Amino acid sequence: MNEALLLMKPELIVTVIIFILLILHVARENSSPAYLLNLINGLLFINFLCGFFFNREGTLFGDMYVTNGLIVLEKNILNLGMLLISLQATDWLKKKDFIVEFYVLLLTTLLGMFFMLSSNNLLMFYLGLELSSIPLAALANFELEKRKSSEAAMKFIMSSAFSSGLLLFGISMLYGTTGTLNFAQLAMLIDGNPLQLFSFILLLAGFGFKISAVPFHLWTADVYEGSPVAVTSYLSVISKGAILFVMASVLFTVFKPLVETWYNMLYLLAVLTMIIGNLFAIRQQNLKRFLAFSSIAQVGFILIGMSGSSQEATASVIYFVLIYVFSNLGAFGVIALVSAQTGKEEIDDYKGFYLSNPMLALVMTLSLFSLAGIPPTAGFFGKFFLLMAGAGKGNFVLITIAALNMVISLYYYLRIVKVMFMEKNETPMEKLQISLFPRISLLTCMAGIILIGFTTLLYDYIFSLSTSF
Amino acid sequence: MIPQIFQTVPIEHFVYLSAVLFVIGVVGVLTRSNAIIIFMSVELMLNAVNLLLVSFSSYHQDPAGQIFVFFIMAVAAAEVAVGLAIITMIYRNTHSVDINDMSRLKG
Repeated sequence: MNEALLLMKPELIVTVIIFILLILHVARENSSPAYLLNLINGLLFINFLCGFFFNREGTLFGDMYVTNGLIVLEKNILNLGMLLISLQATDWLKKKDFIVEFYVLLLTTLLGMFFMLSSNNLLMFYLGLELSSIPLAALANFELEKRKSSEAAMKFIMSSAFSSGLLLFGISMLYGTTGTLNFAQLAMLIDGNPLQLFSFILLLAGFGFKISAVPFHLWTADVYEGSPVAVTSYLSVISKGAILFVMASVLFTVFKPLVETWYNMLYLLAVLTMIIGNLFAIRQQNLKRFLAFSSIAQVGFILIGMSGSSQEATASVIYFVLIYVFSNLGAFGVIALVSAQTGKEEIDDYKGFYLSNPMLALVMTLSLFSLAGIPPTAGFFGKFFLLMAGAGKGNFVLITIAALNMVISLYYYLRIVKVMFMEKNETPMEKLQISLFPRISLLTCMAGIILIGFTTLLYDYIFSLSTSF
Repeated sequence: MIPQIFQTVPIEHFVYLSAVLFVIGVVGVLTRSNAIIIFMSVELMLNAVNLLLVSFSSYHQDPAGQIFVFFIMAVAAAEVAVGLAIITMIYRNTHSVDINDMSRLKG
Protein backbone atom coordinates (compact mmCIF):
# COMPACT_ATOMS: atom_id res chain seq x y z
CA MET A 1 0.00 0.00 0.00
CA ASN A 2 1.08 3.55 -0.63
CA GLU A 3 3.16 4.86 2.27
CA ALA A 4 1.75 8.38 2.08
CA LEU A 5 -1.76 7.02 2.45
CA LEU A 6 -0.75 4.95 5.47
CA LEU A 7 0.83 7.97 7.10
CA MET A 8 -2.46 9.82 6.92
CA LYS A 9 -4.55 6.78 7.80
CA PRO A 10 -6.47 8.21 10.81
CA GLU A 11 -7.50 11.33 8.92
CA LEU A 12 -8.42 9.39 5.80
CA ILE A 13 -10.61 6.93 7.67
CA VAL A 14 -12.49 9.72 9.41
CA THR A 15 -12.93 11.50 6.09
CA VAL A 16 -14.24 8.32 4.48
CA ILE A 17 -16.75 7.86 7.32
CA ILE A 18 -17.94 11.45 6.89
CA PHE A 19 -18.50 10.84 3.18
CA ILE A 20 -20.23 7.52 3.78
CA LEU A 21 -22.64 9.30 6.12
CA LEU A 22 -23.29 12.12 3.65
CA ILE A 23 -23.94 9.73 0.76
CA LEU A 24 -26.14 7.56 2.96
CA HIS A 25 -28.10 10.62 3.95
CA VAL A 26 -28.84 11.45 0.33
CA ALA A 27 -29.36 7.89 -0.92
CA ARG A 28 -31.48 6.48 1.92
CA GLU A 29 -33.43 9.35 3.35
CA ASN A 30 -35.87 7.24 5.32
CA SER A 31 -33.54 4.94 7.23
CA SER A 32 -34.64 4.42 10.81
CA PRO A 33 -32.70 6.00 13.68
CA ALA A 34 -31.84 2.59 15.15
CA TYR A 35 -30.33 1.42 11.84
CA LEU A 36 -28.31 4.62 11.48
CA LEU A 37 -27.01 4.49 15.04
CA ASN A 38 -25.97 0.84 14.71
CA LEU A 39 -24.18 1.59 11.46
CA ILE A 40 -22.41 4.67 12.78
CA ASN A 41 -21.30 3.03 15.99
CA GLY A 42 -20.03 0.08 13.94
CA LEU A 43 -18.06 2.43 11.71
CA LEU A 44 -16.61 4.23 14.73
CA PHE A 45 -15.61 0.89 16.24
CA ILE A 46 -13.84 -0.07 13.01
CA ASN A 47 -12.16 3.33 13.06
CA PHE A 48 -10.95 2.69 16.58
CA LEU A 49 -9.62 -0.77 15.68
CA CYS A 50 -7.84 0.51 12.58
CA GLY A 51 -5.85 2.84 14.79
CA PHE A 52 -3.77 -0.11 16.00
CA PHE A 53 -2.59 -1.46 12.64
CA PHE A 54 -0.32 -0.30 9.83
CA ASN A 55 1.04 2.68 11.70
CA ARG A 56 3.90 4.52 10.05
CA GLU A 57 6.17 7.36 11.08
CA GLY A 58 7.19 10.21 8.85
CA THR A 59 6.35 13.61 7.43
CA LEU A 60 4.18 14.75 4.56
CA PHE A 61 3.37 17.91 2.57
CA GLY A 62 6.77 19.53 2.78
CA ASP A 63 7.14 18.93 6.52
CA MET A 64 3.75 20.40 7.38
CA TYR A 65 2.28 17.14 8.58
CA VAL A 66 4.17 14.82 10.91
CA THR A 67 3.23 11.57 12.56
CA ASN A 68 4.96 9.22 15.01
CA GLY A 69 4.12 6.62 17.60
CA LEU A 70 3.12 9.14 20.23
CA ILE A 71 0.81 11.05 17.89
CA VAL A 72 -0.82 7.80 16.76
CA LEU A 73 -1.41 6.91 20.41
CA GLU A 74 -2.96 10.32 21.07
CA LYS A 75 -5.25 9.85 18.09
CA ASN A 76 -6.24 6.42 19.36
CA ILE A 77 -7.18 7.92 22.72
CA LEU A 78 -9.38 10.47 20.94
CA ASN A 79 -10.94 7.70 18.81
CA LEU A 80 -11.73 5.71 21.93
CA GLY A 81 -13.36 8.71 23.60
CA MET A 82 -15.35 9.43 20.45
CA LEU A 83 -16.65 5.85 20.36
CA LEU A 84 -17.61 5.91 24.05
CA ILE A 85 -19.46 9.21 23.69
CA SER A 86 -21.26 7.99 20.61
CA LEU A 87 -22.39 4.84 22.45
CA GLN A 88 -23.62 6.91 25.37
CA ALA A 89 -25.53 9.32 23.15
CA THR A 90 -27.73 6.67 21.48
CA ASP A 91 -30.67 7.07 23.88
CA TRP A 92 -30.77 10.79 23.33
CA LEU A 93 -30.13 10.68 19.58
CA LYS A 94 -32.92 8.17 18.91
CA LYS A 95 -35.46 10.91 19.55
CA LYS A 96 -33.70 13.46 17.34
CA ASP A 97 -34.23 14.15 13.65
CA PHE A 98 -30.73 15.13 12.63
CA ILE A 99 -28.60 12.11 13.50
CA VAL A 100 -26.43 12.23 10.38
CA GLU A 101 -25.82 15.96 10.71
CA PHE A 102 -24.82 15.45 14.34
CA TYR A 103 -22.23 12.85 13.44
CA VAL A 104 -20.92 14.72 10.41
CA LEU A 105 -20.24 17.76 12.57
CA LEU A 106 -18.76 15.67 15.36
CA LEU A 107 -16.46 13.74 13.01
CA THR A 108 -15.39 16.97 11.33
CA THR A 109 -14.16 18.29 14.64
CA LEU A 110 -12.35 15.00 15.20
CA LEU A 111 -10.69 15.41 11.81
CA GLY A 112 -9.62 18.91 12.79
CA MET A 113 -8.11 17.58 16.00
CA PHE A 114 -6.17 14.92 14.09
CA PHE A 115 -4.70 17.53 11.78
CA MET A 116 -3.90 19.71 14.77
CA LEU A 117 -2.13 16.84 16.53
CA SER A 118 -0.09 16.06 13.44
CA SER A 119 0.72 19.65 12.64
CA ASN A 120 4.33 20.64 12.27
CA ASN A 121 3.59 24.11 11.04
CA LEU A 122 1.69 27.04 12.52
CA LEU A 123 -0.63 27.27 9.51
CA MET A 124 -1.60 23.60 9.78
CA PHE A 125 -2.02 24.00 13.52
CA TYR A 126 -4.31 27.00 13.12
CA LEU A 127 -6.45 25.28 10.50
CA GLY A 128 -6.80 22.17 12.61
CA LEU A 129 -7.74 24.24 15.62
CA GLU A 130 -10.45 26.11 13.75
CA LEU A 131 -11.77 22.95 12.10
CA SER A 132 -12.10 21.46 15.54
CA SER A 133 -13.84 24.42 17.16
CA ILE A 134 -16.25 25.95 14.63
CA PRO A 135 -18.46 22.85 14.15
CA LEU A 136 -18.59 22.46 17.94
CA ALA A 137 -20.44 25.77 18.17
CA ALA A 138 -23.07 24.41 15.81
CA LEU A 139 -23.23 21.25 17.92
CA ALA A 140 -23.71 23.23 21.13
CA ASN A 141 -26.80 24.70 19.48
CA PHE A 142 -28.08 21.23 18.53
CA GLU A 143 -31.25 21.44 20.63
CA LEU A 144 -32.70 24.13 18.41
CA GLU A 145 -35.87 24.72 20.39
CA LYS A 146 -34.08 25.37 23.68
CA ARG A 147 -32.98 28.88 24.53
CA LYS A 148 -30.20 27.62 26.80
CA SER A 149 -28.66 25.68 23.96
CA SER A 150 -28.39 28.64 21.61
CA GLU A 151 -27.11 30.81 24.43
CA ALA A 152 -24.35 28.27 25.07
CA ALA A 153 -23.48 28.18 21.37
CA MET A 154 -23.32 31.98 21.26
CA LYS A 155 -20.96 32.10 24.21
CA PHE A 156 -18.84 29.35 22.72
CA ILE A 157 -18.44 30.88 19.26
CA MET A 158 -17.71 34.33 20.73
CA SER A 159 -15.00 33.12 23.08
CA SER A 160 -13.55 30.79 20.48
CA ALA A 161 -13.41 33.54 17.84
CA PHE A 162 -11.86 35.97 20.30
CA SER A 163 -9.30 33.47 21.49
CA SER A 164 -8.29 32.50 17.97
CA GLY A 165 -7.84 36.22 17.29
CA LEU A 166 -5.39 36.42 20.19
CA LEU A 167 -3.67 33.23 19.06
CA LEU A 168 -3.29 34.56 15.53
CA PHE A 169 -1.81 37.83 16.71
CA GLY A 170 0.74 35.79 18.63
CA ILE A 171 1.43 33.64 15.58
CA SER A 172 1.93 36.67 13.35
CA MET A 173 4.37 38.25 15.83
CA LEU A 174 6.25 34.98 16.00
CA TYR A 175 6.37 34.86 12.21
CA GLY A 176 7.58 38.45 12.15
CA THR A 177 10.50 37.80 14.46
CA THR A 178 11.60 34.52 12.91
CA GLY A 179 10.38 34.52 9.32
CA THR A 180 9.22 30.91 9.41
CA LEU A 181 6.14 28.93 10.37
CA ASN A 182 7.78 25.53 10.72
CA PHE A 183 7.96 24.21 14.29
CA ALA A 184 11.49 22.81 14.06
CA GLN A 185 12.91 25.99 12.52
CA LEU A 186 11.02 28.14 15.01
CA ALA A 187 12.59 26.21 17.87
CA MET A 188 16.03 27.03 16.49
CA LEU A 189 15.30 30.70 15.86
CA ILE A 190 13.53 31.63 19.11
CA ASP A 191 15.96 33.49 21.35
CA GLY A 192 13.61 35.15 23.84
CA ASN A 193 13.57 38.75 22.61
CA PRO A 194 10.70 40.90 23.97
CA LEU A 195 8.52 40.57 20.87
CA GLN A 196 8.76 36.79 21.07
CA LEU A 197 7.83 36.85 24.75
CA PHE A 198 4.84 39.02 23.84
CA SER A 199 3.78 36.60 21.14
CA PHE A 200 4.24 33.69 23.52
CA ILE A 201 1.92 35.31 26.06
CA LEU A 202 -0.73 35.78 23.36
CA LEU A 203 -0.35 32.16 22.25
CA LEU A 204 -0.62 30.98 25.83
CA ALA A 205 -3.77 33.08 26.29
CA GLY A 206 -5.22 31.47 23.17
CA PHE A 207 -4.41 28.02 24.53
CA GLY A 208 -5.73 29.05 27.94
CA PHE A 209 -9.12 29.85 26.42
CA LYS A 210 -9.31 26.50 24.67
CA ILE A 211 -8.32 24.42 27.70
CA SER A 212 -10.36 26.76 29.95
CA ALA A 213 -7.55 27.58 32.35
CA VAL A 214 -8.31 30.36 34.84
CA PRO A 215 -8.48 33.38 34.08
CA PHE A 216 -9.75 32.36 30.63
CA HIS A 217 -12.40 29.95 31.92
CA LEU A 218 -15.50 32.15 32.07
CA TRP A 219 -17.23 30.60 29.07
CA THR A 220 -16.80 27.01 30.25
CA ALA A 221 -19.53 26.54 32.82
CA ASP A 222 -22.21 28.27 30.73
CA VAL A 223 -21.37 26.33 27.60
CA TYR A 224 -21.22 23.00 29.45
CA GLU A 225 -24.56 23.60 31.13
CA GLY A 226 -26.41 24.77 28.04
CA SER A 227 -25.17 22.21 25.52
CA PRO A 228 -26.68 18.74 25.14
CA VAL A 229 -24.96 16.14 27.37
CA ALA A 230 -23.22 14.39 24.47
CA VAL A 231 -21.69 17.66 23.31
CA THR A 232 -20.71 18.60 26.85
CA SER A 233 -18.86 15.35 27.34
CA TYR A 234 -17.21 15.78 23.95
CA LEU A 235 -16.09 19.30 24.88
CA SER A 236 -14.78 18.32 28.28
CA VAL A 237 -12.94 15.18 27.22
CA ILE A 238 -12.05 15.02 23.54
CA SER A 239 -11.65 18.63 22.61
CA LYS A 240 -9.84 19.52 25.83
CA GLY A 241 -7.63 16.44 25.58
CA ALA A 242 -6.61 17.23 22.00
CA ILE A 243 -5.70 20.81 22.87
CA LEU A 244 -3.71 19.62 25.89
CA PHE A 245 -1.71 17.20 23.71
CA VAL A 246 -0.96 19.94 21.21
CA MET A 247 -0.15 22.46 23.92
CA ALA A 248 2.36 20.05 25.44
CA SER A 249 4.03 19.40 22.11
CA VAL A 250 4.12 23.10 21.14
CA LEU A 251 5.55 24.12 24.51
CA PHE A 252 8.09 21.29 24.48
CA THR A 253 9.28 21.72 20.90
CA VAL A 254 8.69 25.27 19.66
CA PHE A 255 9.13 27.11 22.96
CA LYS A 256 11.84 24.89 24.34
CA PRO A 257 14.33 27.82 24.41
CA LEU A 258 11.94 29.81 26.62
CA VAL A 259 11.41 27.05 29.15
CA GLU A 260 12.49 29.16 32.14
CA THR A 261 9.96 31.82 31.21
CA TRP A 262 6.97 29.61 30.59
CA TYR A 263 7.59 27.54 33.68
CA ASN A 264 6.63 30.54 35.83
CA MET A 265 3.59 31.28 33.68
CA LEU A 266 2.36 27.70 33.86
CA TYR A 267 2.98 27.76 37.62
CA LEU A 268 0.72 30.78 38.00
CA LEU A 269 -1.94 29.40 35.66
CA ALA A 270 -1.93 26.01 37.38
CA VAL A 271 -2.32 27.46 40.89
CA LEU A 272 -5.10 29.84 39.84
CA THR A 273 -6.89 27.17 37.81
CA MET A 274 -6.88 24.60 40.61
CA ILE A 275 -8.00 27.00 43.32
CA ILE A 276 -10.72 28.82 41.38
CA GLY A 277 -11.98 25.61 39.76
CA ASN A 278 -12.26 23.89 43.13
CA LEU A 279 -13.85 26.79 44.99
CA PHE A 280 -16.49 27.30 42.32
CA ALA A 281 -17.23 23.59 42.02
CA ILE A 282 -18.26 23.53 45.69
CA ARG A 283 -21.23 25.81 45.21
CA GLN A 284 -22.74 24.34 42.03
CA GLN A 285 -26.24 22.90 41.94
CA ASN A 286 -26.34 21.71 38.34
CA LEU A 287 -24.43 18.50 37.73
CA LYS A 288 -23.09 19.49 34.31
CA ARG A 289 -21.96 22.84 35.69
CA PHE A 290 -20.36 21.02 38.58
CA LEU A 291 -18.42 18.79 36.19
CA ALA A 292 -17.40 21.90 34.22
CA PHE A 293 -15.67 23.36 37.25
CA SER A 294 -14.27 19.97 38.19
CA SER A 295 -12.76 19.73 34.69
CA ILE A 296 -11.27 23.21 35.14
CA ALA A 297 -9.63 22.02 38.35
CA GLN A 298 -8.32 18.91 36.57
CA VAL A 299 -6.70 21.12 33.93
CA GLY A 300 -4.83 22.82 36.77
CA PHE A 301 -3.31 19.48 37.74
CA ILE A 302 -2.43 18.72 34.13
CA LEU A 303 -0.66 22.08 33.89
CA ILE A 304 1.48 21.09 36.88
CA GLY A 305 2.53 17.94 35.08
CA MET A 306 3.22 19.94 31.94
CA SER A 307 5.36 22.44 33.80
CA GLY A 308 7.77 19.60 34.58
CA SER A 309 9.02 19.82 30.96
CA SER A 310 10.62 16.38 30.79
CA GLN A 311 9.96 12.98 29.29
CA GLU A 312 7.91 12.19 32.40
CA ALA A 313 5.87 15.35 31.79
CA THR A 314 4.79 14.28 28.29
CA ALA A 315 4.05 10.74 29.42
CA SER A 316 2.11 11.78 32.52
CA VAL A 317 -0.04 14.30 30.63
CA ILE A 318 -1.04 11.69 28.04
CA TYR A 319 -1.57 9.03 30.70
CA PHE A 320 -3.74 11.37 32.74
CA VAL A 321 -5.83 12.38 29.73
CA LEU A 322 -6.46 8.70 28.98
CA ILE A 323 -7.63 8.12 32.56
CA TYR A 324 -9.60 11.33 32.45
CA VAL A 325 -11.41 10.04 29.35
CA PHE A 326 -12.55 6.96 31.27
CA SER A 327 -13.47 8.67 34.53
CA ASN A 328 -15.19 11.70 33.07
CA LEU A 329 -17.09 9.64 30.52
CA GLY A 330 -18.20 7.29 33.29
CA ALA A 331 -19.79 10.23 35.08
CA PHE A 332 -21.16 11.77 31.88
CA GLY A 333 -22.53 8.40 30.78
CA VAL A 334 -24.75 8.27 33.85
CA ILE A 335 -25.78 11.89 33.39
CA ALA A 336 -26.58 11.20 29.71
CA LEU A 337 -28.82 8.27 30.64
CA VAL A 338 -30.64 10.21 33.35
CA SER A 339 -31.00 13.30 31.21
CA ALA A 340 -32.27 11.41 28.13
CA GLN A 341 -34.89 9.47 30.10
CA THR A 342 -36.03 11.96 32.75
CA GLY A 343 -34.61 15.33 31.71
CA LYS A 344 -33.20 15.90 35.21
CA GLU A 345 -29.76 17.47 35.58
CA GLU A 346 -29.71 19.06 39.05
CA ILE A 347 -27.71 17.55 41.90
CA ASP A 348 -30.79 17.48 44.14
CA ASP A 349 -32.56 15.25 41.61
CA TYR A 350 -30.00 12.58 42.41
CA LYS A 351 -31.14 12.25 46.03
CA GLY A 352 -31.80 8.59 46.76
CA PHE A 353 -30.37 7.62 43.38
CA TYR A 354 -28.76 4.53 44.92
CA LEU A 355 -32.10 3.09 46.03
CA SER A 356 -33.67 3.19 42.57
CA ASN A 357 -30.59 2.66 40.38
CA PRO A 358 -27.86 0.94 42.40
CA MET A 359 -25.64 0.05 39.42
CA LEU A 360 -25.64 3.53 37.92
CA ALA A 361 -24.96 5.02 41.34
CA LEU A 362 -21.96 2.72 41.69
CA VAL A 363 -20.64 3.69 38.26
CA MET A 364 -21.01 7.35 39.16
CA THR A 365 -19.27 6.84 42.49
CA LEU A 366 -16.35 5.01 40.99
CA SER A 367 -15.94 7.71 38.32
CA LEU A 368 -16.04 10.46 40.94
CA PHE A 369 -13.50 8.57 43.09
CA SER A 370 -11.25 8.34 40.06
CA LEU A 371 -11.67 12.06 39.35
CA ALA A 372 -10.88 12.84 42.98
CA GLY A 373 -7.82 10.60 42.83
CA ILE A 374 -8.62 7.97 45.44
CA PRO A 375 -6.54 4.78 45.20
CA PRO A 376 -6.86 2.10 43.83
CA THR A 377 -8.75 3.81 40.99
CA ALA A 378 -6.74 4.93 37.98
CA GLY A 379 -7.24 8.60 38.80
CA PHE A 380 -4.90 8.30 41.76
CA PHE A 381 -2.04 7.06 39.58
CA GLY A 382 -2.75 9.70 36.97
CA LYS A 383 -2.47 12.48 39.51
CA PHE A 384 0.51 10.81 41.16
CA PHE A 385 2.49 10.78 37.91
CA LEU A 386 1.47 14.36 37.13
CA LEU A 387 2.70 15.57 40.52
CA MET A 388 5.87 13.49 40.19
CA ALA A 389 6.59 15.10 36.83
CA GLY A 390 5.91 18.52 38.34
CA ALA A 391 8.11 17.77 41.32
CA GLY A 392 11.02 17.08 38.94
CA LYS A 393 11.56 20.84 38.90
CA GLY A 394 12.11 20.82 42.67
CA ASN A 395 9.35 23.35 43.37
CA PHE A 396 7.65 21.82 46.38
CA VAL A 397 5.44 24.84 47.11
CA LEU A 398 3.54 24.05 43.93
CA ILE A 399 3.19 20.38 44.87
CA THR A 400 1.92 21.33 48.34
CA ILE A 401 -0.70 23.63 46.84
CA ALA A 402 -1.74 20.80 44.53
CA ALA A 403 -2.01 18.35 47.44
CA LEU A 404 -4.18 20.79 49.41
CA ASN A 405 -6.38 21.24 46.37
CA MET A 406 -6.85 17.50 46.09
CA VAL A 407 -8.30 17.59 49.61
CA ILE A 408 -10.74 20.35 48.65
CA SER A 409 -11.75 18.44 45.53
CA LEU A 410 -12.41 15.35 47.64
CA TYR A 411 -15.00 17.36 49.56
CA TYR A 412 -17.14 18.23 46.60
CA TYR A 413 -16.83 14.90 44.81
CA LEU A 414 -17.93 13.13 47.97
CA ARG A 415 -20.83 15.56 48.30
CA ILE A 416 -22.36 14.02 45.16
CA VAL A 417 -21.75 10.52 46.52
CA LYS A 418 -23.44 11.51 49.78
CA VAL A 419 -26.45 12.91 47.92
CA MET A 420 -26.83 9.71 45.93
CA PHE A 421 -26.41 7.26 48.79
CA MET A 422 -27.51 8.93 52.00
CA GLU A 423 -30.22 11.48 51.31
CA LYS A 424 -33.94 10.77 51.23
CA ASN A 425 -36.07 11.87 48.32
CA GLU A 426 -39.89 12.11 48.33
CA THR A 427 -40.07 11.85 44.53
CA PRO A 428 -37.28 9.39 43.70
CA MET A 429 -36.18 8.76 40.16
CA GLU A 430 -37.76 5.69 38.57
CA LYS A 431 -35.66 2.69 37.56
CA LEU A 432 -33.88 3.61 34.34
CA GLN A 433 -33.58 1.36 31.31
CA ILE A 434 -29.96 0.84 30.28
CA SER A 435 -29.87 -0.28 26.67
CA LEU A 436 -26.99 -2.22 25.15
CA PHE A 437 -24.82 0.60 23.78
CA PRO A 438 -24.68 2.76 26.92
CA ARG A 439 -24.12 -0.41 28.91
CA ILE A 440 -21.05 -1.34 26.83
CA SER A 441 -19.73 2.18 27.15
CA LEU A 442 -20.17 2.32 30.94
CA LEU A 443 -18.60 -1.12 31.37
CA THR A 444 -15.60 -0.03 29.28
CA CYS A 445 -15.19 3.05 31.45
CA MET A 446 -15.34 0.99 34.63
CA ALA A 447 -12.87 -1.54 33.27
CA GLY A 448 -10.55 1.30 32.31
CA ILE A 449 -10.77 2.96 35.71
CA ILE A 450 -10.06 -0.25 37.61
CA LEU A 451 -7.60 -2.03 35.33
CA ILE A 452 -5.35 0.95 34.61
CA GLY A 453 -5.06 1.35 38.37
CA PHE A 454 -3.59 -2.14 38.70
CA THR A 455 -1.12 -2.29 35.86
CA THR A 456 1.87 -0.15 35.05
CA LEU A 457 2.30 -1.50 31.53
CA LEU A 458 0.38 1.35 29.97
CA TYR A 459 2.41 4.08 31.61
CA ASP A 460 5.64 2.32 30.66
CA TYR A 461 4.43 2.06 27.09
CA ILE A 462 3.51 5.76 26.90
CA PHE A 463 6.80 6.67 28.56
CA SER A 464 8.77 4.65 26.01
CA LEU A 465 7.03 6.51 23.17
CA SER A 466 7.58 9.99 24.64
CA THR A 467 10.58 11.86 23.39
CA SER A 468 13.03 13.15 25.94
CA PHE A 469 13.01 16.88 26.51
CA MET B 1 7.28 39.41 -6.11
CA ILE B 2 6.42 42.33 -3.84
CA PRO B 3 6.46 45.86 -5.26
CA GLN B 4 9.50 47.80 -4.14
CA ILE B 5 7.38 50.72 -2.99
CA PHE B 6 6.04 48.77 -0.01
CA GLN B 7 9.50 47.95 1.19
CA THR B 8 10.36 51.62 1.48
CA VAL B 9 7.84 51.91 4.34
CA PRO B 10 9.56 50.94 7.61
CA ILE B 11 8.24 47.75 9.19
CA GLU B 12 7.53 49.57 12.48
CA HIS B 13 4.74 51.56 10.83
CA PHE B 14 2.91 48.39 9.87
CA VAL B 15 3.39 46.92 13.33
CA TYR B 16 2.05 50.04 15.05
CA LEU B 17 -0.92 50.30 12.71
CA SER B 18 -1.92 46.68 13.14
CA ALA B 19 -1.41 46.84 16.90
CA VAL B 20 -3.78 49.82 17.04
CA LEU B 21 -6.32 48.02 14.86
CA PHE B 22 -6.04 44.93 17.02
CA VAL B 23 -6.57 46.90 20.23
CA ILE B 24 -9.60 48.65 18.75
CA GLY B 25 -10.98 45.20 17.94
CA VAL B 26 -10.30 43.88 21.45
CA VAL B 27 -11.90 46.92 23.07
CA GLY B 28 -14.90 46.49 20.78
CA VAL B 29 -15.32 42.85 21.83
CA LEU B 30 -15.01 43.74 25.49
CA THR B 31 -17.28 46.78 25.62
CA ARG B 32 -20.05 46.45 23.00
CA SER B 33 -23.20 44.56 23.83
CA ASN B 34 -24.63 43.93 20.37
CA ALA B 35 -23.65 40.45 19.20
CA ILE B 36 -23.24 41.52 15.56
CA ILE B 37 -20.94 44.39 16.49
CA ILE B 38 -18.88 41.99 18.57
CA PHE B 39 -18.43 39.82 15.49
CA MET B 40 -17.39 42.91 13.53
CA SER B 41 -14.80 43.63 16.19
CA VAL B 42 -13.46 40.10 15.95
CA GLU B 43 -13.16 40.60 12.21
CA LEU B 44 -11.19 43.76 12.90
CA MET B 45 -8.82 41.79 15.12
CA LEU B 46 -8.35 39.20 12.39
CA ASN B 47 -7.74 41.88 9.78
CA ALA B 48 -5.09 43.46 11.98
CA VAL B 49 -3.42 40.06 12.04
CA ASN B 50 -3.72 39.83 8.25
CA LEU B 51 -2.06 43.20 7.81
CA LEU B 52 0.74 42.20 10.13
CA LEU B 53 1.29 38.89 8.36
CA VAL B 54 1.41 40.52 4.93
CA SER B 55 3.83 43.19 6.04
CA PHE B 56 6.11 40.66 7.74
CA SER B 57 5.90 38.49 4.66
CA SER B 58 7.09 41.42 2.56
CA TYR B 59 9.77 42.23 5.13
CA HIS B 60 11.14 38.68 5.13
CA GLN B 61 10.67 38.18 1.36
CA ASP B 62 8.85 34.97 2.23
CA PRO B 63 5.45 34.05 0.74
CA ALA B 64 4.27 31.88 3.64
CA GLY B 65 2.75 34.83 5.48
CA GLN B 66 0.66 35.89 2.52
CA ILE B 67 -0.65 32.38 2.05
CA PHE B 68 -1.59 32.32 5.73
CA VAL B 69 -3.73 35.41 5.13
CA PHE B 70 -5.90 33.60 2.57
CA PHE B 71 -6.57 30.83 5.04
CA ILE B 72 -7.42 33.29 7.80
CA MET B 73 -9.92 35.01 5.52
CA ALA B 74 -11.59 31.71 4.62
CA VAL B 75 -11.74 30.56 8.23
CA ALA B 76 -13.09 33.94 9.37
CA ALA B 77 -15.85 33.66 6.78
CA ALA B 78 -16.75 30.20 8.09
CA GLU B 79 -16.69 31.43 11.67
CA VAL B 80 -19.01 34.34 10.84
CA ALA B 81 -21.34 32.05 8.91
CA VAL B 82 -21.79 29.81 11.94
CA GLY B 83 -21.90 32.81 14.25
CA LEU B 84 -24.64 34.54 12.30
CA ALA B 85 -26.67 31.34 12.18
CA ILE B 86 -26.42 31.14 15.96
CA ILE B 87 -27.40 34.82 16.29
CA THR B 88 -30.46 34.03 14.19
CA MET B 89 -31.36 31.21 16.56
CA ILE B 90 -30.88 33.51 19.54
CA TYR B 91 -33.07 36.13 17.91
CA ARG B 92 -35.76 33.56 17.28
CA ASN B 93 -35.73 32.57 20.94
CA THR B 94 -35.30 35.93 22.67
CA HIS B 95 -36.16 38.59 20.04
CA SER B 96 -32.93 40.39 20.80
CA VAL B 97 -29.27 40.22 19.83
CA ASP B 98 -28.09 42.01 22.97
CA ILE B 99 -25.63 39.83 24.87
CA ASN B 100 -26.91 41.27 28.16
CA ASP B 101 -30.11 39.33 27.55
CA MET B 102 -28.18 36.08 27.44
CA SER B 103 -28.20 35.55 31.16
CA ARG B 104 -30.24 32.36 31.41
CA LEU B 105 -27.05 30.45 32.18
CA LYS B 106 -25.24 31.72 35.24
CA GLY B 107 -24.05 30.71 38.67
